[in-house]
Amino acid sequence: MPEDDLKRPRRLGLLVNPVAGLGGPMGEKGSDAPDIAARAEAAGRAGQAGARAARALAAFRRASEAPILAGPLPPETRAALDGEVETLDLGPTAQGRAETLAAVAAMAERVDLILFAGGDGTARDVAEANRAGLPVIGIPAGVKMHSGVFARSPERAGRIAAEFLAARTPRTDLVEILDIDEEARRAGQLSARIYSVARTPATRGERQNPKAGGGDMLADLDAALAGYVAGMVEETLYILGPGTTMAALKARIGGGTLLGVDLAEGPRITARDLSEDDLLERIPPGRPVRVVLTVVGGQGFVLGRGNQQISARVLERAGRPPIDVVCSAEKLAGLTPPELTIDTGDPALDAQLSGYWPITTGPGRKQVVRVVA
Amino acid sequence: MTAPIAKRSKAQFEGYRAARWPEPVVTQMGCPGRRGVVFEEAPTPELPKGAARKTAPALPEITEHDALRHYLHLSQMTLGMMGVSLFGTCTMKYNPRIGERAALKHLADLHPLQHPDTLQGVLELYDNFSDFLCEVSGMDQFVFQAGGGADAAYTHACVTRAYHASRGELEQRDQIITTIQTHPCSPATANTAGFEVITLSLEENGYPSVEQLKSVVGPRTAALMVNNPDDMGIYNPDIKEWVDIVHAAGGLCFYDHANFNGVMTRLRARELGFDACMYMLHKTFGAPKGGGGPAVGAYGCAEHLVPFLPGPLVVKEGARYRLDDDRPESIGRVREFWGNAPQVLKAYAWARAMGAEGLREAADLSVLANNYMDHRLAQVRGVSRSNPGIDAPRMEMTRHSVEQVAAETGCSIFEISMRMTDFGIDALWLSHEPLLVPEPFTPEAGELWSKEDIDYWIDVLEHVIEEAYATPDVVKGAPHNAPIRQLTTALDEPDQWATTWRAYERKHGQRMAAE
Ligand SMILES: Cc1ncc(COP(=O)(O)O)c(C=O)c1O
Repeated sequence: MPEDDLKRPRRLGLLVNPVAGLGGPMGEKGSDAPDIAARAEAAGRAGQAGARAARALAAFRRASEAPILAGPLPPETRAALDGEVETLDLGPTAQGRAETLAAVAAMAERVDLILFAGGDGTARDVAEANRAGLPVIGIPAGVKMHSGVFARSPERAGRIAAEFLAARTPRTDLVEILDIDEEARRAGQLSARIYSVARTPATRGERQNPKAGGGDMLADLDAALAGYVAGMVEETLYILGPGTTMAALKARIGGGTLLGVDLAEGPRITARDLSEDDLLERIPPGRPVRVVLTVVGGQGFVLGRGNQQISARVLERAGRPPIDVVCSAEKLAGLTPPELTIDTGDPALDAQLSGYWPITTGPGRKQVVRVVA
Repeated sequence: MTAPIAKRSKAQFEGYRAARWPEPVVTQMGCPGRRGVVFEEAPTPELPKGAARKTAPALPEITEHDALRHYLHLSQMTLGMMGVSLFGTCTMKYNPRIGERAALKHLADLHPLQHPDTLQGVLELYDNFSDFLCEVSGMDQFVFQAGGGADAAYTHACVTRAYHASRGELEQRDQIITTIQTHPCSPATANTAGFEVITLSLEENGYPSVEQLKSVVGPRTAALMVNNPDDMGIYNPDIKEWVDIVHAAGGLCFYDHANFNGVMTRLRARELGFDACMYMLHKTFGAPKGGGGPAVGAYGCAEHLVPFLPGPLVVKEGARYRLDDDRPESIGRVREFWGNAPQVLKAYAWARAMGAEGLREAADLSVLANNYMDHRLAQVRGVSRSNPGIDAPRMEMTRHSVEQVAAETGCSIFEISMRMTDFGIDALWLSHEPLLVPEPFTPEAGELWSKEDIDYWIDVLEHVIEEAYATPDVVKGAPHNAPIRQLTTALDEPDQWATTWRAYERKHGQRMAAE
């Protein structure tokens, strides 16, 4: 460990969004409204984020003595730490969202992993301020948690953080940060967008099963993508959805957008970051079309979250084209319940699309998964 | 079956200590001049000039006594197969020592290239055992060439290829269907043989629905490859319908019968409609296991697939046996000669000693033992059963989870398993990947382990889980009493780990010089 000796010990950055989760019990679809804290207080509701962070920290401390650098903490979180924590001084002006942004920016170069408690809104803020590209892991404490950074439980988040800081070679995965589009929601339309991607501790691989040996899911996916590209035909128009898996596919055929919907003609990208209207304009009648997607976020959406540009109208215009989905077997295994979801905004179309879909998981491998509306 | 180790008690928990010999590796032992037996006139081997080495190999110089002692110590520090081993999906059985003696006595001096007239005994054994397994499975012919279960699955993938090619349909039939709970060797070998694999997911009942199967069966279907019951212990009652659906589309059906223990003599693969099946002699039939090497996957099939079997086949003509290698449609070989003949002999001896009644009793005992375990495990704090909402009876094994323990104590199933080795329990079998059940473990008692052993195993688990709540650090730091301590680095760090002494010197030479 000669290199490690020269560096400071690995440190955890800790962040708690005290208003995360407040909207849920109040029947809100998030806690993003500016007056949410005041309304919650009036209703006599206390946030759960502080307590959930305390649970995560208890699990963290059971496995790690790494020092902690924290943003402002609610009392119940502070109590779990016995005072042994360095707190960032953010000045009096930072409040709410600005506080999150300032804390994350101040952690750059000073911590090795950010553990935060919140929901998709918090994840988005963390990702936005995280210019240093620090790995991030979320303690689930919000109303919406579509993003891939959230651990399954507060305890798991704490444990994963401890293991990550202790690992000789810490490994990360790229995951999508999603959030419900608030403007669209106010207009009565449920749609989520991918805002960015973040690195999160890879939870597999470190210690393998004694007998199974463990496959290499990344290599599997990569080979699957190569196989897909090899099968792309000139006459066909491919509508390519967003996400990290899709970005890897796009990179093989000229490079496309990570967060947007792109178009390819045969194995060549011809247009990038298209809106619903752009797509409608570019689908000539009669031309064979295929849609290529990956599973977006942690809740198993294939259509309608993060890729709502590929709308019911687009699918109708394209003559209800075949949809190819690429996703790792590991991600499919993590789905509870074990099914995928679609929400094109057109219930009749959703009902027609529902059923058993073969999802490409590797080279020469497909897994059949039930898709429900 | 073995006699139980009677009168185990909780009071003995603290008593177990594994041997731990503070010895260097053999390459670091010895002194110049130390020798074993020294021959006055040792003959110099006659070698082609280029084959003789120019410098002497850097071997340690030790006495015969030192060498013997060292390897005896190493054998005492073996990490598994010495305690209570309920290693699920592996059907841990006692391998009667008489089988070793018999194999040595009857096979050691034979060679498969001898003239068949001088091999009549072993050929008769192969033929008898094929008949025995045909009786058990309803198939028409067995071959013992495959060197393990995965090799037998591969045999089937190749037979599938040859079968469809013979009908001119191979190009059209390029998909093999399996399930997520089928052993990974089925999809892997199907891929290796060039097929695309379609894997079905589990649904509410704990197995894929008929509807899901129907959604993928069609003109591209070459075969179905499944096991049943799966390694969560759930038997798919629709299996006959599955086979009918695949047959109606023109595909073949292969039964990975590695999980045969709970259903021995209770069902026949052929009667369910399967075209072929596989038994693992090193699991179900009492032969030793061997790291994917000296094992046997016995592959059996119905008449219409016999022409494609790997050769040579043992054929009986009158009272004589001969080897038939003139089989133009055969897939060729999947292994040298006739596979691992000593294993076949040991399994045959075991099977004949058991007889039909013994097999039935063993099957019933294994299901009984599992259900007893399941009942006791249900009472252990924080342990849950996979598919908790499904009340289908579990067969010879059941998957459980310590997800709740992990959430409440931070101790994972890996750590709990390692701590259990501190009490003379072999590390647990968890689950095949991908993990459908979090923090999984899958014990299988089979017919071997006594009630005392099973109780002791569960007592230890219970004890370790109590420790996880009371003193989690003890569990996390385990093992404490085993021959070695926990690894502190991942095993896939190439600059850290070496598999030979020479590589070790190269990677760690500088550090060694500095010390
Ligand atoms: C159900 C099943 N099928 C196949 C195999 C593969 O057998 P082998 O390890 O002999 O290749 C196993 C191994 O445990 C198994 O459990």
